[in-house]
Amino acid sequence: MNRTVLDLWVGVFVAIGVAAVLFLALKVGNLASANIGETYRLQANFDNIGGLKPRAPVKSSGVVVGRVTEITFDPTLYVAVVKMDVDKRYVFPRDTFATILTSGLLGEQYIGFEVGGDTEMLAAGATITKTQSAVVLEKLISQFMFNKAAESPQAPEQ
Amino acid sequence: MSLSPPANDILVDLKNVDFAYDTRPILSGINLRIPRGKLVAIMGGSGCGKTTLLRLIGGQLKPTAGHLTVDGQELARLSRREMYAARRRMGMLFQFGALFTDLNVFDNVAFPLREHTDLPPDMIRDLVMTKLHAVGLRGAWKLMPAELSGGMARRVALARAVALDPMLIMYDEPFAGLDPISLAVVGQLIRRLNDALGASSIMVTHDVHESLEIVDYLYFLSAGKVVAEGTPDEIRASTDPFVHQFVNAEIDGPLPFHFPGDDYRTTLMETHA
Amino acid sequence: MIARVLRSMGARTLDGLWRLGFASRFFVAVLMRSGTAFSRFSLTIREVFSTGVLSLIIIMVSGFFVGLVLGLQGYETLQRYGSSEALGILVALSLVRELGPVVAGLLFASRAGSALTAEIGLMKTTEQLKAMDMMAVDPIARVVAPRFWGGVISMPLLAALFSMMGVFGAWFIGVVFIGVDDGAFWSQMQASVDFRYDIVNGIIKSVVFGFAVSLIAVFEGYDSAPTAEGVSRAITRTVVNSALTILALDFVLTSFMFRGNG
Repeated sequence: MNRTVLDLWVGVFVAIGVAAVLFLALKVGNLASANIGETYRLQANFDNIGGLKPRAPVKSSGVVVGRVTEITFDPTLYVAVVKMDVDKRYVFPRDTFATILTSGLLGEQYIGFEVGGDTEMLAAGATITKTQSAVVLEKLISQFMFNKAAESPQAPEQ
Repeated sequence: MSLSPPANDILVDLKNVDFAYDTRPILSGINLRIPRGKLVAIMGGSGCGKTTLLRLIGGQLKPTAGHLTVDGQELARLSRREMYAARRRMGMLFQFGALFTDLNVFDNVAFPLREHTDLPPDMIRDLVMTKLHAVGLRGAWKLMPAELSGGMARRVALARAVALDPMLIMYDEPFAGLDPISLAVVGQLIRRLNDALGASSIMVTHDVHESLEIVDYLYFLSAGKVVAEGTPDEIRASTDPFVHQFVNAEIDGPLPFHFPGDDYRTTLMETHA
Repeated sequence: MIARVLRSMGARTLDGLWRLGFASRFFVAVLMRSGTAFSRFSLTIREVFSTGVLSLIIIMVSGFFVGLVLGLQGYETLQRYGSSEALGILVALSLVRELGPVVAGLLFASRAGSALTAEIGLMKTTEQLKAMDMMAVDPIARVVAPRFWGGVISMPLLAALFSMMGVFGAWFIGVVFIGVDDGAFWSQMQASVDFRYDIVNGIIKSVVFGFAVSLIAVFEGYDSAPTAEGVSRAITRTVVNSALTILALDFVLTSFMFRGNG
């Protein structure tokens, strides 16, 4: 079997094809930066998760420390149960506050951790007790409108 | 019949072979024997089932009824692997050569050798050059099939068909579309290769005169049946109306000029009605 | 009249089922006889050359232009909401998840798939396949399988290249020409494009399309009527059937992969 010019071309083709995959993985995707290696599972109950979706980031001080893996509804407590995988490198105090936040006005929703002062840390499988639900924009707006309406009942109709 | 050798001298033996595509019968009740070392021609008009017969002997089609043995093996019973083993000892020349268009002349002839043997490259080179020399095209080894004339392509295909020194060589219309000189060249090659290789050959053709010159025995086929057979001398002397029509190229005879249809007058009346 | 319409519909359905059955059997045969394509890998490499390398230019140029258009249109829409930095996300997600595999697949079908069909159809027309069979060389193992696997190998690489060129195109128009912030373009993209979820799924799609298009192409070639007209019709069928199959498969795969939770 001899090496031929054709082999060279195929080699070039495969090399740039693989380079393209790497480019997509590293430069376009988050394989390099937000790749979470070993994780442990945490759980939190929310009254209302708003538009939170699986795979949404879990951030602490704005840094991604984990991802939401599963959202279920608990029919006995009537709450949303959010399970998330958190990077093994980071541990959080037991009184950590989990809040559902929105990036920007219309951006995606994520879970923010506000760290408390407890000396005991959350173990794998633990449930975060201190949570705050998502701010639902419709509720905010309707509240705002009702307030306005209550303030000025004679406002002219548009 | 002047040619009645003992059974083990028969390479190809067809007994009452029928063949039909779906329900359309192509061949019926064919009895035909190819003795070892002989060159046999199967003649007949276009569409009489000659090529189908060749495909049956090559094992590419299976008879719907009857027995077909090649070198004592009943082809219809062979598995794919056994069939391929049998085909390594057959060579076939296709109507227009069927050379591989992406390979040059050398690689075309080397193809069966490279596929079936582990011979070193220089030995393959020698073998290919021998075969190409035999068909007189040693100098053309570098050409691509597209650069060859029809006659040359036929000769290269012939070299390829005999590359593995087969015991049976089949020719499908080896003379179709050749000028008289190329035709004579190919005819002589077929005869010489048969004798030099000690092979047996079957040639399907409608060229009577060239065949009468080179073959040992002829079968005449019409409408899926063997209608006449004999040695070239017997055929020349034959009074059989079909053979007479074929050899002398008469327009009408047992083979009608008109395709069977409604009465001519009735057809004309219909169009005017 | 109605009877005739029904009869022709019935005949077409029957014919379609017949072909489908034959195609399935053919697919199994190709897979079963793929030994040669791997034990003599140089045969497959040749086909990677003719399906992959020869499609490089068209794939890369098209990818770049699709990226340019996506960049322009995306910017136009996004800047109305004041979020033009999200251009990177928009372009990358649409390319990696959908446009890369699908458009590259369509181009692959019309560039490489049609060539495969034509080549095999021509070999059939000129009795090369029968000649090979008579030489005790299995045409499915020697001719069809290497071409099939060559296509299967080339397609995901081409789709990845297409996506990469698209991202470059969008970067070129968005960052270089329009002036979207370079850092925001890349970092927003990286924050939202997940490797496992988006990129791997996109690659899976392109692999599936590679299998589908290569199979259709070699099958249509192998099944073509052995005449010039038959081959040209087979080529048309390859392009049409590949396009329909890609779009249908894309829908199925997308509904499996991205269940509206992206």
